[in-house]
Amino acid sequence: MDLQDAQNTFARWLDNAAKRFQKMPGSAIILRYIKSSYQNDPVRSAIELFLFLFAVRYLLAPKYSTQKQKHVALTEDEIDELVEDWTPEPLVAPETPFEALENEKRPVIVGPTGPRSKLSNGRTVMNLASYNFYNFVGNETLKEKAIATLRTYGVGPCGPPGFYGTQDVHMKTEADVASHLGADACIVYAQAFSTISSVIPAFSKRGDIIVADKAVNYAVRKGIQISRSTIRWYEHNDMQDLERVLERVTKEQARKPLTRRFIITEGLFENVGDMPNLPKLIELKLKYKFRLILDETWSYGILGRTGRGLTEHQNVDATAVDMIIGSLAGPLCAGGGFCAGSEEVVEHQRISAASYTFSAALPAMLATTASETINMLQEDSGMELISTLRENIKSMRAQLDPRSDWVRCTSSPENPIMLLVLKKEVIENKKLSVQDQESLLQDAVDEALANGVLITRLKSMPAPLGAGPRDQPWQPQPALKVCVTAGLSKRETEKAGVVIRHAITKVMTRRK
Amino acid sequence: MPSRTMNPFTSNAAVASSFDATDEKRSLRRSSVSRPNNRFTSFFSTSPKTRDAAALQAAVIAQQHALLNSPSPQPFNSATLSLPTISLSTATGEKSKIEERTTTLFQPPSPAEVRRIAKAHAQFGPLGSKNYLYSSRFEGGEFPDPIEDEPPYYFLITTYISYLVLIIFGHVRDFFGKRFRQERYRHLQERDGYAPLNSDFDNFYVRRLKMRINDCFARPTTGVPGRFITLLDRKSDDHNLTFKLQGTTTETLNMSSYNYLGFAQSEGPCADAVEACVRKYGVSTASTRGDAGTSDLHVEVEDLIAKFVGKEASMVFSMGFVTNATAFPALVGKGCLIISDQLNHTSIRFGARLSGAMIEMFKHNDMKDLERLLREAIAQGQPRTHRPWKKILVAVEGLYSMEGTMCDLPGLVELKKKYKFNLFVDEAHSIGALGPQGRGVCDYFGIDPKEVDILMGTLTKSFGANGGYVAADKAIIQKLRATNAGTIFGESPTPPVLMQIASALKIITGDIAPGQGEERLQRLAFNSRYLRLGLKRLGFIVYGHDDSPIIPVMLYNPAKMPAFSHEMLRRKISVVVVGYPATPLVSSRARFCVSAAHTKDDLDRMLTACDHIGDILQLKFSSGIAGGQEPIPDGLTNKEELETRKAISQGEKVVATPPRWRLEDVLKRGVQDVKAPLR
Ligand SMILES: Cc1ncc(COP(=O)(O)O)c(C=O)c1O
Repeated sequence: MDLQDAQNTFARWLDNAAKRFQKMPGSAIILRYIKSSYQNDPVRSAIELFLFLFAVRYLLAPKYSTQKQKHVALTEDEIDELVEDWTPEPLVAPETPFEALENEKRPVIVGPTGPRSKLSNGRTVMNLASYNFYNFVGNETLKEKAIATLRTYGVGPCGPPGFYGTQDVHMKTEADVASHLGADACIVYAQAFSTISSVIPAFSKRGDIIVADKAVNYAVRKGIQISRSTIRWYEHNDMQDLERVLERVTKEQARKPLTRRFIITEGLFENVGDMPNLPKLIELKLKYKFRLILDETWSYGILGRTGRGLTEHQNVDATAVDMIIGSLAGPLCAGGGFCAGSEEVVEHQRISAASYTFSAALPAMLATTASETINMLQEDSGMELISTLRENIKSMRAQLDPRSDWVRCTSSPENPIMLLVLKKEVIENKKLSVQDQESLLQDAVDEALANGVLITRLKSMPAPLGAGPRDQPWQPQPALKVCVTAGLSKRETEKAGVVIRHAITKVMTRRK
Repeated sequence: MPSRTMNPFTSNAAVASSFDATDEKRSLRRSSVSRPNNRFTSFFSTSPKTRDAAALQAAVIAQQHALLNSPSPQPFNSATLSLPTISLSTATGEKSKIEERTTTLFQPPSPAEVRRIAKAHAQFGPLGSKNYLYSSRFEGGEFPDPIEDEPPYYFLITTYISYLVLIIFGHVRDFFGKRFRQERYRHLQERDGYAPLNSDFDNFYVRRLKMRINDCFARPTTGVPGRFITLLDRKSDDHNLTFKLQGTTTETLNMSSYNYLGFAQSEGPCADAVEACVRKYGVSTASTRGDAGTSDLHVEVEDLIAKFVGKEASMVFSMGFVTNATAFPALVGKGCLIISDQLNHTSIRFGARLSGAMIEMFKHNDMKDLERLLREAIAQGQPRTHRPWKKILVAVEGLYSMEGTMCDLPGLVELKKKYKFNLFVDEAHSIGALGPQGRGVCDYFGIDPKEVDILMGTLTKSFGANGGYVAADKAIIQKLRATNAGTIFGESPTPPVLMQIASALKIITGDIAPGQGEERLQRLAFNSRYLRLGLKRLGFIVYGHDDSPIIPVMLYNPAKMPAFSHEMLRRKISVVVVGYPATPLVSSRARFCVSAAHTKDDLDRMLTACDHIGDILQLKFSSGIAGGQEPIPDGLTNKEELETRKAISQGEKVVATPPRWRLEDVLKRGVQDVKAPLR
């Protein structure tokens, strides 16, 4: 009989197994242990065995991951087919007509930049588009000093600061900037534009909090993006709004562990041209225990009696600001950027600011030129230059802001970069879109150039590729950019102002 | 001033073989016909007396040749050729004796002239012999991965233990420090409601490990970072927390700067052009490229670069880092994928992160891993939505600055054809330094630059200038000009820097000072191979491809980093040491950057120093699988190595004898063996 056979076999097998088990050394102990601990309770043993098996299975199971879950299993042939079918988009999109126009119209200066520059079409024009505010570019003493440096240092330092790229001239420039500002220490970067994009992520990390002005420039935004910190914006230069944001952040964070908190703003806004109220900022920062990062790229060398920037202009001690970022390439006409602050702030950057640590140092001749121009600004002749520049700004402004029916100047009265935006009524009356404004202003630039004055437009920030309409960045209002220089006389500046005003009027009245 | 007298061997060797051209300066013009005999000559001429006489004779003959042939076709060398007292920095006692006797043939140069020449040679050493030239290019076939040797386990284990000890020690010190010396830790703790700027945890490595060897980093320098570099002596009284300058300087052999072609010079055609440029243009254009910062110089340099790298157009930036940081956001964005080599430079990561594209990494130089990723990416599409990727951009470097490896361009191009991705090559270190014409990896591999979509590079290294470039098709560059943030907001490169680039490029292509550019390229290729071969033969573990001018020598134990650096500095040589986190934990290394400005004597000095230090620090632990084998009869060349490779790829254990050559043999055979495939 089958069943009987099976039963017999099973009994024999059990018997064998039992015998084997008993032969195993230590089996008796295990048996005794199980018996005593479970008091011969088979249910309990079964449950525990089940739990044990479950644990084993759980441990052996492949790692749980969301990505794998979505993974579609495909055969090699299918993948080959998909590879064949896949057609990527072209690496870059074709130029838009506006971009093509911009490329075509970009001025090319033949020879040196100066208050009067020769363009590639052979015409010499008044140059109100360069940051050559004090005409340091044409200064013969500076040239001689630069050549002397060239003859001892060559051009490039051929290595990052950490690997033999730090030269004595860099150390001197750092000391010069620090003593000019009245800060404890300073670190010099090889490029001004990118300085703040590295400074921010060197300190602010994921989980830290940044409160920033809505109108800050592109480089600040990129620094914030890299830092992955939590970001809160406040309305441009609105100290009440800032206080509101600070209060809210403080409340939100009250229960959480303390993180680093920063306020970031600019000395003279690249996109608007005005300046913040520094004493108030200091007051708020102290009250809410935030650190202040001040981007003085456009104010260092401009504001204050000796060009020390916003701190000097508004009588604030530079040490009250935690980090001051500035440019040696703009008004100072040399090269590189810097960050000034306490010893701790500066030393930390030497190993953790990406564009300092992983990039070659500043060419020596640019460093010595910066030292030289900083010294010049503090001498009597330098202060004279500053006041000449201010006079010229006044003269230019007088031609434009109250007089023009179409534009108004958003820049501070001390800012040599005058940003001229279309008046609100004009935009409303004529129903001008942003594009319309941009092309109108471009026409005004062309018209001014045709009459011998080179000016430019404020550039909008490039939008991230592939971004939907929701994550478009904040954009400044389209504006004309007029850079006043002390290299032109008062009369010439006024004349240029008239040309610009007429150009705007002509363009605006031409449009019906 | 560095002197070879500390190296007893070189001075002898120079004379022993000086019938040949080793004795620099004079014998440049001697025909190389006498070369094959040379070893025999040195074999037979054992007595020092005859050796001296032979050397003298050679020198006299050489000088007569030089007289007859002048003016020489090589303007750069010709000035120095006929001058017997030039090599102040390298001359040994013996040599100068000869020179004294022979000066009667010439008008003795004025002391000012002597100083000028000494200065010039401290920046760019004179070529010793035509034999010290070589031109490297890819030989075809499959591009092999360099074999990475491993030290005996003992060294790996002690390395781990060292780190363990360092970390435990650090924590113990922290534990007590935080209790008993609170003022020193205040910056790591909450202070009046402010979170610390540095987090305690992130700062641990810097405070407890890097601080110990801080004196090996950021050594301040002065003057030109050429063949020699002048360090400002400094001292620390507080265990490297702060340094005080001593007011003195030390001139050291420069094995650290990225001065591949030796364009770091304050004299010569480049510097002269830059001086004229500063007089004409001033030092700045005081604007961005988008506004009014474009001058005729920019246009010219962009054309030159485009032609040089073989693309239709290019654009220049004032910083190499930013070139990458802004290039990626202008090329890719959401819905795109960047596949990046694991060891890519921070600037590439920075740019990639800013772009908002997805980022995947593949194993360094591993084409199989890249292919696997590509198949996976294309098959699966974007995460969650499974939509196909808009674009896939593969980013690699031409020459990796910490590894000395080159990208496998042939492999990449092949994959590119199949998978239709876009290729971005960062030629920061390879432009100027690789290829028979110095035009980078494409030139080296003989691959049409059209195969690579974006050729990016920096001008900081080979050209002795500053900044970076992006070269591509005209349509791409035109678009980037309008959308790249670095052009719109970044300051424009300054005229002196542009002029340095332009004149360096023209020298390389031979448009000015014909012959000089070629010499620089060939010297670099020779020097790179010579030093690498020598180090392998001495028994060091050296990473990277044979033609790469970046030579990392493995140290492993963390304590050997400062020891190596100090020993080198004592011998007046400046080197870069790197460890964690720039490299994997165990593979601390010293990195040498070879330059065309180095003479063969400099490299011999380097080899001698390495030989001594290698013995002191127990650094000679190569097993021989990566080369440095005993010489084999002519004709066989590197068949054995191929066999070794095959064996390794099949997972077999290979038997190789650990190379431990004597220094004399290394120096004696170096020049001839460099030109065959290194083994
Ligand atoms: C691969 C690579 N890309 C970019 C850079 C940055 O170049 P630069 O030093 O000119 O900023 C470097 C420099 O270290 C580099 O190695």
